[in-house]
Amino acid sequence: MVEIDDTLVTRIATLARLSLSKDETHALAGDLRNVLKYAESLEGIDLEGVPPMSHATEGERFRPDVAVHELTRENALQNAPDQEGGLFRVPQVIG
Amino acid sequence: MSALTSMGMSELAAAIKSRKTSAVEVIDAHLARIVQNDDVIGAFLSRGDEAARAEAKTIDERIAKGEDPGPLAGIPIGIKDAIHAKGLPTTCGSKILKQFQPPYDATVTTRLRDAGAIVLGKLNMDEFAMGSSNENSAFKPVRNPWDTTRVPGGSSGGSAAAVSAGFAALTLGSDTGGSIRQPASFCGVVGLKPTYGRVSRYGLVAFASSLDQIGPLTRSCEDAALALSVMAGLDTHDATSSAHPIDDYGAALKKPTKGLRIGLPREFLKIGGDAGVMAEFEKTIAALKGDGAEIVDIELPNAPHAIATYYLVATAEASSNLARFDGVRYGLRSDSQASRGGLKEMYGETRDAGFGPEVKRRILLGTFVLSSGYYDAYYVRAQKVRTLIRRDFEKAFASCDVIATPTSPSTAFKLGEKTANPLEMYLADVFTVPANLVGIPGVSVPCGFSNGLPVGLQLVAPMFAESTLLRAGHAVERLMGVAAKQPAL
Repeated sequence: MVEIDDTLVTRIATLARLSLSKDETHALAGDLRNVLKYAESLEGIDLEGVPPMSHATEGERFRPDVAVHELTRENALQNAPDQEGGLFRVPQVIG
Repeated sequence: MSALTSMGMSELAAAIKSRKTSAVEVIDAHLARIVQNDDVIGAFLSRGDEAARAEAKTIDERIAKGEDPGPLAGIPIGIKDAIHAKGLPTTCGSKILKQFQPPYDATVTTRLRDAGAIVLGKLNMDEFAMGSSNENSAFKPVRNPWDTTRVPGGSSGGSAAAVSAGFAALTLGSDTGGSIRQPASFCGVVGLKPTYGRVSRYGLVAFASSLDQIGPLTRSCEDAALALSVMAGLDTHDATSSAHPIDDYGAALKKPTKGLRIGLPREFLKIGGDAGVMAEFEKTIAALKGDGAEIVDIELPNAPHAIATYYLVATAEASSNLARFDGVRYGLRSDSQASRGGLKEMYGETRDAGFGPEVKRRILLGTFVLSSGYYDAYYVRAQKVRTLIRRDFEKAFASCDVIATPTSPSTAFKLGEKTANPLEMYLADVFTVPANLVGIPGVSVPCGFSNGLPVGLQLVAPMFAESTLLRAGHAVERLMGVAAKQPAL
């Protein structure tokens, strides 16, 4: 199985958008190693022809595609850390 | 404990409606108990005392005019802080949502309010429902009312402690891997995780969407039946909510034990629990047998794989669900120097500052199992094992109506006892996670005491068989006589 080291955890943290400190990264690498080592117990199970199960509901239920306006702009913005002119404001994206 | 803070829900509602007492008196009695004791217990993260008193007054006025405010008229309830109740913040026990004000009520909140229930406040929890001891709350720990040096369980620790301490007659929890049942067991109350889809999840902050389910924590199965009958049903706001007919849960409680087939997974039970827990478990099974239940040996050969399966599936879903907390639309935004460098930096800094260690651990694990190159080996493999676990339960239910195990291998442990080793904490979920993976309902019912601490019996039943579950649970209450016991605060 895969070797979990600080480099791999740093790569995963980047994917997860978590700016971890070096100490955090190192500690989390150890935790991940332990859990994934435990998860190796699934490796010996015969899964030939077994379909994956993604959820417990059977079939899908669709409702009519009707537009309803339940959230006002004011409500949608009420928790925003920064806003301007009725829009969410974010740090500069394009230089 | 004053009688008002220990009465069952239907009894309490009847007393309010017949004006033997008033909703205002009931709310005041509970608030007084909270004010006196919650500094120690730590169950509430926020309260709305004035709003609660005003609602109680309205209930009393409606009754005086001859109106029926509903089956839960004047009942004081508390809501886990992952479920929206307009007027109070939803923090999810996390710094990242510390200031969040929900713009709407969760469907369950609406249904309970419409039935006459009064929301007292929001209850403490492990951050984003990740934990088994409530020690992952970013704000404060919760203490077990039976022994304040011990944890209440988690993640719905505040919800269980509040019912146990007589702060509310009904609380809501959410259960992704045992988060209603395990704290119910530790605090000596009834905790019901309904079938996946039985209760709408609209307004519940998502942890693992294929496993999460909202359910009630109460003093008795009778109260759980009443709460479920109000909460259950189809909701257009939750596409996974079910149109399956809703049973008369109250009527089911009156059925005798005789004819009930209780499955015992003897091999799985060898994983075992503390001697005290197993002794109370065996005693309860013997009592059920004595009362006419048929005890059936069953096998769940893949159940021991449930923990590994769960921690791969649940973290994968969590890493996806928690991606929305990015400092843009709601919640904390980091103000650090680095976060001013650009959007990506702001995301990373905000999430590092806003999430606690357990949440980061699970986001990382989930991101890893979903990442290119590892997806098939971990995530898809776990989903396939999930199918095997479901097949085990389907096969077992051909020969029994409910399956019994202890809810947790142990009674409530000491604060700080298990925080150093995350994996050890995960392993304690062994008996509860299978029901979430399969989607079936489960209940924890108090069945005894070990060294003065409550022990819970877990029962699980086929999809939508909550009636059978509550019938069996009610029999346990009647036979073991421990459900009514309350801690001295």
